[in-house]
Amino acid sequence: MNSPLQIFIDACLINNFVLAYFLGLCPFLGVSNKTETAVRMGGAVTFVLLIASACAYGIHQMLILINAPYLHLISYIVVIASAVQLVEMFIKKYSPALFRAMGIYLALITTNCCVLGVALFQTSREYDFIQCLSFALGAGAGFTLALLIMSGIRERLDLATVPSVVKGAAVTLMVAGVLSMAFMGFAGMGR
Amino acid sequence: MTTENTPAVSRNLEALTRGMWRENPAFVMLLGLCPVLAVTNSVINALAMGLATTFVLILSSTLVSLIRLWIPKQVRLASFILVIATSVTVVDNLLQAISFEVHKALGAFIPLIVVNCIILGRAEAYASKNTLSKSLLDALGFGAGFSGACLCMGTIREVLGSGTFAGIPLFGPDFAGWSIMVLPGGAFFVLGFLLLLFNWLHERKKTLHNVTTLAAERAP
Repeated sequence: MNSPLQIFIDACLINNFVLAYFLGLCPFLGVSNKTETAVRMGGAVTFVLLIASACAYGIHQMLILINAPYLHLISYIVVIASAVQLVEMFIKKYSPALFRAMGIYLALITTNCCVLGVALFQTSREYDFIQCLSFALGAGAGFTLALLIMSGIRERLDLATVPSVVKGAAVTLMVAGVLSMAFMGFAGMGR
Repeated sequence: MTTENTPAVSRNLEALTRGMWRENPAFVMLLGLCPVLAVTNSVINALAMGLATTFVLILSSTLVSLIRLWIPKQVRLASFILVIATSVTVVDNLLQAISFEVHKALGAFIPLIVVNCIILGRAEAYASKNTLSKSLLDALGFGAGFSGACLCMGTIREVLGSGTFAGIPLFGPDFAGWSIMVLPGGAFFVLGFLLLLFNWLHERKKTLHNVTTLAAERAP
């Protein structure tokens, strides 16, 4: 009923994590100034999402086994935080160039609601392992896409003349609103 | 800042009111926007989200303030996160017991309170450095500010989107709701418009202040 491709398209376009669920808004508003940083951030988030999703699947199975569902949230947050730390150390050791390119973003992803959101959604929808991975991949691709489009618009917006009261967060949010309306056009795809 | 000279009562009052207006987490500091945008399509949901966040804020501030002297500096963030996750689990189960309908409507956004920046921010910036009573007042103030912001968004979106306030119809049967207001796009528009309004008020106050001081200087 839910093929991996369907889940991917659903998480990436129809129910885009940023524009429909409002998850990961902080980096969306914070680092969408330049296209280059937007791509790097998107890549880092997608990578962490995949790892966190796989870990969350394992924990979920284990918690079912020992019959302790109330421990979900606490164990997810701890595991995500330590997974990010591990990934950071691993990349630092084996590919310093990649580490420098990702910079501070890697550490900041721990507090990105996108990551915990994916873990929680895949638990409540009871996805199997392959579905979990395609869900995480779709969410990451959707996040990168939204960030990329937004940064492109904002680079143009810097050159436009807008009234001083609208400048900054207000105009960014209104642009995000228009973008969100545009993504609503994908509703009903893949049915 | 002249907080050293002011009496204790007004300092406590300052801790309470700061979060409500001048440093309002959602409208001024732009923190924790995910829930403010995501679950404010009706007044009831917005109120439930505001209250749940306030409760978590109070619970975690109390615990962090109580154990602040025993936490080693290196692991403080991890300990705060654990305290917050525990508080959120408590609230999640409580809400499920009180109103299952609201719990279902908010869905995954209740557990997502864990990653709300306001809570970790207050634990790190205030509760880990201040006494229990002051941390409580601070948590109460910021919780009220956040709930106010949620309620503000919820009211605008429900009244314009479905023509009701907390389920009570306001405009009679002929009103056609602006369906965009209850959709995700509307949330961005309403928040953008509110920020515009606050910017405008702030600039007007600044100009008025400049004009009056200039007039006072010129007066003989």
